[in-house]
Amino acid sequence: MGHISLNQVSKSFGDVNVIPPLNLEINDGEFVVFVGPSGCGKSTLLRLIAGLEDVSDGKILIDGTDATITPPAKRGLSMVFQSYALYPHMSVRKNIAFPLKMAGVEKEEATRRVEAAAKVLNLTEYLNRRPGQLSGGQRQRVAIGRAIVREPKAFLFDEPLSNLDAALRVNMRIEITELHRDLTTTMIYVTHDQVEAMTMADKIVVLNEGRIEQVGSPLKLYREPANLFVAGFIGSPRMNFITGAAAEKQGAHTLGIRPEHLTVSNSAGEWTGKVGVAEHLGSDTFLRIHLDDGSTITARGDGDFEAEHGTTVWLSPDAEKFHRFDASGMRLN
Amino acid sequence: MARAVSTRRKTSFTVAAWAVSFLIFFPILWTFLTGFKTEGEAIASPPSFLFFDWNLSAYEAVNQRSDYPKHFFNSVIISFGSTALGLLIAIPAAWAMAFVPAKHTKDILMWMLSTKMLPPVGVLIPIFLIFRDTGLLDTRTGLVIVLTLINLPIIIWMLFTYFREIPGEVLEAARMDGASLRNEILYVLTPMAVPGIASTLLLNVILAWNEAFWTLNLTAADAAPLTAFIAAFSSPEGLFYAKLSAASTMAIAPIVILGWFSQKQLVRGMTFGAVK
Amino acid sequence: MATQHSRNAARLMMSPSVILLLGWMLIPLSMTIFFSFQFYNLLQPGQETFAGLTNYRFFLTDPSFFDAIRNTLVLVGGVLVITVVGGIALALLLSQPIWGQGIVRVLVIAPFFVMPTVSALVWKNMFLNPVNGLFAHLANGLGLQPIDFFGNYPLASIIGIVSWQWLSFSTLIIFTAIQSLDSEQLEAAEMDGASSLNRFIYIILPHLARAITVVILIQTIFLLSIFAEILVTTNGGPGTATTNLTYLVYIQSLLQFDVGGGSAGGVIAIILANIVAIFLMRMIGKNLDI
Repeated sequence: MGHISLNQVSKSFGDVNVIPPLNLEINDGEFVVFVGPSGCGKSTLLRLIAGLEDVSDGKILIDGTDATITPPAKRGLSMVFQSYALYPHMSVRKNIAFPLKMAGVEKEEATRRVEAAAKVLNLTEYLNRRPGQLSGGQRQRVAIGRAIVREPKAFLFDEPLSNLDAALRVNMRIEITELHRDLTTTMIYVTHDQVEAMTMADKIVVLNEGRIEQVGSPLKLYREPANLFVAGFIGSPRMNFITGAAAEKQGAHTLGIRPEHLTVSNSAGEWTGKVGVAEHLGSDTFLRIHLDDGSTITARGDGDFEAEHGTTVWLSPDAEKFHRFDASGMRLN
Repeated sequence: MARAVSTRRKTSFTVAAWAVSFLIFFPILWTFLTGFKTEGEAIASPPSFLFFDWNLSAYEAVNQRSDYPKHFFNSVIISFGSTALGLLIAIPAAWAMAFVPAKHTKDILMWMLSTKMLPPVGVLIPIFLIFRDTGLLDTRTGLVIVLTLINLPIIIWMLFTYFREIPGEVLEAARMDGASLRNEILYVLTPMAVPGIASTLLLNVILAWNEAFWTLNLTAADAAPLTAFIAAFSSPEGLFYAKLSAASTMAIAPIVILGWFSQKQLVRGMTFGAVK
Repeated sequence: MATQHSRNAARLMMSPSVILLLGWMLIPLSMTIFFSFQFYNLLQPGQETFAGLTNYRFFLTDPSFFDAIRNTLVLVGGVLVITVVGGIALALLLSQPIWGQGIVRVLVIAPFFVMPTVSALVWKNMFLNPVNGLFAHLANGLGLQPIDFFGNYPLASIIGIVSWQWLSFSTLIIFTAIQSLDSEQLEAAEMDGASSLNRFIYIILPHLARAITVVILIQTIFLLSIFAEILVTTNGGPGTATTNLTYLVYIQSLLQFDVGGGSAGGVIAIILANIVAIFLMRMIGKNLDI
């Protein structure tokens, strides 16, 4: 079981209030991603759940039991750290077995579980090596192995992929998602990368300056961002924001339209402008366009769309996909 | 980026450096050689450098005249004993200061260092009187206590600078893996810090071995370590150069060899991390 | 960055060290200060009386006190000059491209590991002795009159012996600091047209400033307390020629059994050492970022 509930939890370091009181429910078996820019308090929130930091106020319940002052060792949670935090003086086998040793699990049982975990993670042939002799991806798997052997109530991941190169990151993303499907254990995953959040999460928690901006499924956040911050943070390239007359015509202070919801044409459309930069990715063409009214907008065109610096293009927004925000940045419906 | 240096330049620097360092090392070499001479050869003029009748008579004489093994044993007990005791007290303290720093950690560290600045002569009398009244005078236990206390700040400082290089996340991982504080220090921190602990141990054994203020003032016969054993040669009887050399060689050889292994760590330890 | 639980544990873990050092500092120190205001002679136990500032007055007006202060300063200053200048020169030489740098370094550092009683006795007898010492043989060989080092230049002889030991130390520290100098900086200076003298003055010396300061301060702390070298060579003499403050206090208290007078001297030694210590602590404190 792994139901975690945060009740008016807040955290201050000295006079600095990094997390104002917040509430959050994490259901058993959910894959929850905390996402936000650096310094938004997402890692601190994870460390509060882990018990590596004290909450300044509020309550943390794990499976209905008050765990607010329970030391980390007793919370029954596993954590995978950003630096992997492997024990450099122990072999892979001993690293993975360490939590079992601490829990006093019998030797034979421990060996069986370590070998099972190693098999799942393709580490069997590395069991006798030291972490220093492994590649980044292998170290990552050892850290995960160490987390899964003790069958925790929930896994905590603190930006686990940020030290890997791009290709490996995509692979590990898929592996972790599959692991979650197999184990069906609650996972809480911290990242600053909205692509990781979108692809892995059942539920995304967007954090900004310690506050929860929005909680919801990836598509819900994409389709109905609750405010300007979420709208700008989720989706790549970023959503375009238009203010002024065009927005007022739609009855909003700010109008948001995603690059992929603009139709680009060489001949006709609602708005017109000149291309500043054209990025041809093959599958798509991203255009940075300087509109005639002086504003700049990003649009996605077809991979075959021909444009270069200075080309005049026309844009037609899909009115259905407009996001309307009021003067305080909140979504209007 | 190393760059090419002309062989001539390198040769002249090499000759100069070897010459100077040989001169600096010469007194030690000379002491070592003289130990294998007879007393007559030891004062012969002109002195012979290598071509003399090598023999062990001086070593035999030293061992007959005094109880070298006893003093050696005292030195070992005092230096290793005080270092081991110091490590035992210092490891938890250094853990606390390196991994749970608080507002006053820096002040506490600086204060500990300041106790090291206390000139020994300023506290000689009270320590002497306390030791006299508690029967610790001229005991190994007494010297272990004093040397532990005077070297404790250095031990804590050295461990602290080594511990700080260990990533805190690894200890947090141990905590998440269910390790108690005792297990965290025993199974994770200590093995990871073995190189640092070893060099701390080495430097402190050297410092304690050579400590000559307290060992001379607080011992008479029973607990006298090698420093005091050698000091007995300050009032000579007859010809004694060969014997002095033999005794000196026996007193310094173990520690000079240990010292050579620890020269890199010595810098860090002796400058409290200010020079690395 | 920690929990209340671990902060409590930290306090617990630190307490043995803190308590021991606090005891080590406070108990003897307060006793020394207390004794310094007492008439207290070990030969007349039970007759202690309050002395006010008499011990201090007595100590401070004793001509041997001024000799001791002068000797202490000359000893510390002389050794510092020799070891710092020599240390810089040696460290520069050793950091040149040479064959066998490792071995050379091992030879140079060795004297630091020799216990003070050994180095003092070996130097006094086997090198500086005017009849049988190696220097006397050397002088005879050259047809010169051997010098009676300890007879004519006792303090200089001790300065020489102590310098031999500490030169190793300063060389090693300064050498380590030179090694940490980014060689690209030197190459950049060379590209900018700096001569080797200018490179030394403008690049190397400023880089070494911190190491040199640390060497000076740490050596001062140790040199103020020189004891064994004097005990086994001159016993402070002839007269008071080689009596430093540490040795004077030792004579007063353990040879003349005058606890009160010795304690007053001890307090004065503490005050002097503190003046140096304050500078040293500032240096180290600045480099310590927690």
